[in-house]
Amino acid sequence: MLEIFQFEFMQNAVFAGLLASITCGVIGTLVVVNRIVFISGGIAHAAYGGIGIAFYFKLPYMVGTLGFSLLVSIIMAVVTLKDRHHSDTVIGVLWAMGMAFGILLLDLSPGYNVDLMSYLFGSILAVPRSDLWYMLGLSLVIIFLTAFFYNDFLAMSYDEEFARIRGVHVTPLYFLLLAMIAVSVVMVIRVVGLILVIALLTIPPFIAEKYSNSIWKMMIFASILGSIFTITGLLISYWFDITSGASIIMVAGTGFFLSLISGKIMDAARRREA
Amino acid sequence: MDSSVIEIKNLGFSYNGHTILENVNLEIKNREFMAVIGPNGAGKTTLLKLMIGLFVPDRGKVRIFGEKPSKVAHRIGYVPQEIGINKKFPISVSDVVLMGRLKPGKSLAGYSAYDRKAAREALEQMEMHKYEKRRIGELSGGQRQRVFIARALAVQPDILFLDEPTASVDSKGQTGFYEILKKLNEKITIVVVSHDFMVLSSYIKSVACVSKNVYYHDAAELTEDMADMCSCSAEFISHGIVPHRVLRKHG
Repeated sequence: MLEIFQFEFMQNAVFAGLLASITCGVIGTLVVVNRIVFISGGIAHAAYGGIGIAFYFKLPYMVGTLGFSLLVSIIMAVVTLKDRHHSDTVIGVLWAMGMAFGILLLDLSPGYNVDLMSYLFGSILAVPRSDLWYMLGLSLVIIFLTAFFYNDFLAMSYDEEFARIRGVHVTPLYFLLLAMIAVSVVMVIRVVGLILVIALLTIPPFIAEKYSNSIWKMMIFASILGSIFTITGLLISYWFDITSGASIIMVAGTGFFLSLISGKIMDAARRREA
Repeated sequence: MDSSVIEIKNLGFSYNGHTILENVNLEIKNREFMAVIGPNGAGKTTLLKLMIGLFVPDRGKVRIFGEKPSKVAHRIGYVPQEIGINKKFPISVSDVVLMGRLKPGKSLAGYSAYDRKAAREALEQMEMHKYEKRRIGELSGGQRQRVFIARALAVQPDILFLDEPTASVDSKGQTGFYEILKKLNEKITIVVVSHDFMVLSSYIKSVACVSKNVYYHDAAELTEDMADMCSCSAEFISHGIVPHRVLRKHG
């Protein structure tokens, strides 16, 4: 069964999957504990506008999507800064407009027909080696920034007001967090696609949260879980010749429900003992 | 010793076009133990947040130790209302308390050995050190409240601000809780926001009543003005004979 890893495209897929899983474990943890899943969804879907820009102006995929997603993340940060839990409407509008903008630009792009499906569901089996280097660089930057600002991110996520009084620069930190989400989203779109990005960003941290007593442990646990889901999903998609992004998410979703059920059983057992 | 540590002059604050506080003047002396009381929504928490620099006044000024609150943040301990904090957050008790040691500016080193020692001492002072490895959500409301005070004490503050600290503590725990504050008050100034003046009145040295304006009295009892203004008079008067007087005897 291991002979499939001899193919270069499969090796690239595995590396891309691992890099995306680690990044998602780190950033997804911050997304989950800050309860900004909806904002992240908005950034992810608005990133479609970046795909449109890349095609219309014939830019490399990474340049178009990264640039546009960072722009959207700044706008999101501005509109949600005052009250990050009650800005649903404006997030929803940005979410839809970003996607619509991308579709319009693709319509206007002359010539060839773009394979939209590969962006909606990912194309992990078609990641070129050059993109892996981009992904590696971005992952390292994200991990470094998270480690450098770890205590500040922790304080902001747990108790923003207290963090402010202690002199943590919460506002720039919030912009940085959304920018890092944008970067991660662009990386992960390659692996599982636009529609499924949020699943890979949130499911592993959701499972890890219950078993962790610090966010760095949650990040490591979520990264490991994400890697298991991604590689398992990738193998299943290869064997059964099905869409890899969807297969990865089905594995992650199954893992999520298994952890829910086992959590319930453990709770019940503990109650019986008590 | 009797120098004033908090000074508020002609302070005014509005939120979304509503005037919340108007023309507030207040002076709090060193080692005072002041209760901030008033009806719901009167601006007690707002006044507290103005004092610690989380809100910026529209008019007038707040000075702590003669400086803007943000300048003296390292001398301020703050225990927020618990409702805003996610109980399920994956964080240990010792990491919560270490937050009190955060400082502006950045170094890769993180917390120093001295920071860890200060956090540990604060936990010991609140008798919570045996729980330091526990996840914060596993503790009871009263235990969690002690951890939040330890976090404020880890700052090594000269003033401690508490916002409705006993909201999630049962009445038996509340008495013990105020005994702790009383002991702390031997060294530091304490300002506590509460809707429950009755429990507080035997511990405090002064009281401020907030209802758009602020009425201050430098004793643990209410003046008639305050009782009227705070629209909580009925309760106070009916309970106010024994064991301690909260309303001045009628002339």
